[in-house]
Amino acid sequence: MGRYVLRRLLQIVPVFIGTTFLIYVLIWAIPGDPFAGLCGERRCPDSFIATMTEKYHLNDSIFVQYFKYMTALVQGDFGETFNGQSVGELISLRFPVSVRLAIVAVAIEALIGVTAGILTGLRGRSFLDNLVLASTLFLISMPTFVTGFVVQQLLLKGDWEFLPPTVSDQARWSELIIPGFVLGAVAMAFVARLTRTSIMENKRSDYMRTARAKGLPNSRIVGVHLLRNSAIPVLTFLGTSLGGLMGGAIVTEGIFDIKGVGGLIYRSILDKEGFIVTGVVVLLVIVFLMVNLIIDLLYAVLDPRIRYD
Amino acid sequence: MRRSRWLVGVAMPLTLALAVAACGGGGSSTSGGSGSGSDQAKNDGTEITVHGTEPQNPLVPGNTNEEGGAKVIDSLFAGLVRYDPVSNEPKNNNAEKIDLAPDGMSVTFTLKKGWKFHDGTDVKAKNYVDAWNYTAYGPNGQLAASFYAQIKGYTDVASEDPDGDGPQKAPEPKAKTMSGLQVLDDYSFKVTFSEPHAIFPVKVGYQAYYPLPDAFFADPKAFAAKPIGNGPFKFVSRVPKQELKVERFDGYLGEDKPKIKMVKYVFPESLDASYAQVKGGQLDFLEQMPPSALAGNIWKQDLKDRSGTGDVLSIQVLAFPLYDPKYQNPDFRKAISMAINRDEVTKKIFEGLRKPADGYAVAKTPGWSEGKCGDLCKFNPDKAKELFAKSGFKGPLEITSNADGGHKEWIEAVCGNIKNTLGLDCNFVPVQSFGEVRKKITAHSMTQLYRAGWIADYPEVENFLNPLYRTGGSSNDGLYTNAAVDAKLAEADKATTIDAANKLYGEAEAMIAQDMPAIPLWNSPRNYGWSNKLKNVRMTPKGQLDLSFVEIA
Repeated sequence: MGRYVLRRLLQIVPVFIGTTFLIYVLIWAIPGDPFAGLCGERRCPDSFIATMTEKYHLNDSIFVQYFKYMTALVQGDFGETFNGQSVGELISLRFPVSVRLAIVAVAIEALIGVTAGILTGLRGRSFLDNLVLASTLFLISMPTFVTGFVVQQLLLKGDWEFLPPTVSDQARWSELIIPGFVLGAVAMAFVARLTRTSIMENKRSDYMRTARAKGLPNSRIVGVHLLRNSAIPVLTFLGTSLGGLMGGAIVTEGIFDIKGVGGLIYRSILDKEGFIVTGVVVLLVIVFLMVNLIIDLLYAVLDPRIRYD
Repeated sequence: MRRSRWLVGVAMPLTLALAVAACGGGGSSTSGGSGSGSDQAKNDGTEITVHGTEPQNPLVPGNTNEEGGAKVIDSLFAGLVRYDPVSNEPKNNNAEKIDLAPDGMSVTFTLKKGWKFHDGTDVKAKNYVDAWNYTAYGPNGQLAASFYAQIKGYTDVASEDPDGDGPQKAPEPKAKTMSGLQVLDDYSFKVTFSEPHAIFPVKVGYQAYYPLPDAFFADPKAFAAKPIGNGPFKFVSRVPKQELKVERFDGYLGEDKPKIKMVKYVFPESLDASYAQVKGGQLDFLEQMPPSALAGNIWKQDLKDRSGTGDVLSIQVLAFPLYDPKYQNPDFRKAISMAINRDEVTKKIFEGLRKPADGYAVAKTPGWSEGKCGDLCKFNPDKAKELFAKSGFKGPLEITSNADGGHKEWIEAVCGNIKNTLGLDCNFVPVQSFGEVRKKITAHSMTQLYRAGWIADYPEVENFLNPLYRTGGSSNDGLYTNAAVDAKLAEADKATTIDAANKLYGEAEAMIAQDMPAIPLWNSPRNYGWSNKLKNVRMTPKGQLDLSFVEIA
């Protein structure tokens, strides 16, 4: 186990270098010039462009640029934005917000999705089953911006002091519940369906029959045997969605004015602020890798047949 | 919404200017008298939040050229003159008196005494001269450098890069300072021009002409982190891409001294979110409405008496790349202009919120009179057909713009006009981003008609003409050139009084219209909204909340 973890952690290094390099190259490969639209209808002065190009090493070859960037990065320097602010500071402000939002969304997803999945999976073919099927279908077919706007309009109409239509800059946990619900809605529907199918399938398996034949109490059959075996696909889905919800919450962040990393990446790509994009994506890559590692380790906990040595 | 002082962003249609006057109604007399005690306590005790966008550049006046930054700079700094928030006329601010030499070759500014920077140092003549020299000096790479081009000695401090923005470096300039700037004593300085430049005193309210304190030159980096200005507000704190707080500077001596104490500029994730906030009362002022709120004039129903409309100095045009032989014939260009039914498009597409243009400048520009484009900017299908037949242009016509700014609808409507009137095939060609369009335009490789917008830097007709339509003008992207127009503009520049200059600029404008290098379409007043926390809300012609007038309700 220890060696496995170590091996996986070491694998992170080449993946990390590869992804950062790709991102870095891709950002600068996007057609367009960071200073082409910066001065509106007027051409930016040559002296301005020259100064900026020099400051951000834009004249070097892409490899030299990447090398300079990485050298600074391993020393903890994420670089500067075009308006002279520290990218590191920007990330430290925004990353925690995105982490909180993603955790809230995944928690809602897991709580409601898994509960609905278990209830329908166990009963099957009931009114509840049909209700969940119909409502998940509805949620899946509803784009996030529609859910978001509808919910926001309801909040505005309600005019509740404790539930403002947008999130404050502190992005407290309680404020993130509604946006987290909107963000996690589609994935929640998937989780419900995934859990249901998985439980339905495992209900008919041999070990379930054996457990019943042994005369185990129903709570143990369901709680230990059935759920544990059905959890693997659901867990995989939840784990990957955590990373996706952090970087991909552009629409939700836009509607509820959440200062997270999704909108930051989006606008930085448009503005060709390469240092911001690379810096944030580097951290997202690490989050993805770590979450995947944890999930893989959890597999072994859930299913003793899986061993890592 | 990114960017800008320039009309990059979303459509920001509008209505009548009445609202400005209407909401200004209450406090016509002076501020002190009636309200006094409790009002002042309210103003002092409440922080207002104002919508903004993250400044694109470090907060230095000479390096700021877009709206997000200008909004902050304008509250932190004060210039020699300021523009009246209602009439837009320049009025002396930090300047005690401005003496233009009779020949228009030089101007002497005398400063008011007692004005201070936020760090307690006096605002002296050398703060202006040093700041201007710093901005103009090529190697400093400041965005506003070209604003000093008329000052004697400018060419010595700005060095031309031999290959544009190519690999070669510009040589070291000959001088560090402009010979045309001369400190006479602590409180006066003289500016000498290379040619007469009577309108210069009008220009100095623009942010490029603000002074900088000695602290800036000691440590520019620290200054950018915590700017020290001489304006009505002082810098408090800033959170990157999130918010910026300023507080009233009680040592400010200008007439536009604010009554409110604390202002927080917030930079939200989307305009739609800001709109929800202003509706719900979390945001106190929003200076433009998202397209979703403008559709069907929803914003007026939502905000009712918390909404207004104000003119800003902006115009939208369709520009011709005149270096392309296809567009050489002025008859053709006039035919296109007369084929566009501006009234219909502004009514149907912009809910009547934009005003058809009939010249190259806009209302609220002091010294400008309308109608210079005359019949050429009026819908006239018969005349258009006649001119078009004469021109011999062979179709199809393409109009391009960035796709993300909400321009598709009106361009298609304009194309429909052209198609119906002239029977000419016309298509809208969207391009991915504003930067992409600009790249083609500055490289002079455009082959289609393109949308262009202009927001004036300072309220003077000259700013709508010289940069855009003079041979070699800084934004003459279509490479329009007409010796007679150049001569007229030069004559206007050299006029010795402002009135004479304005008259000549007007004549030049009429001459330009006869060539139709760009088709004036409409100007775009701005719709703004506020929360019920505020009273006395009005918008300046710069498109900002008038912070000197607003109070807490």
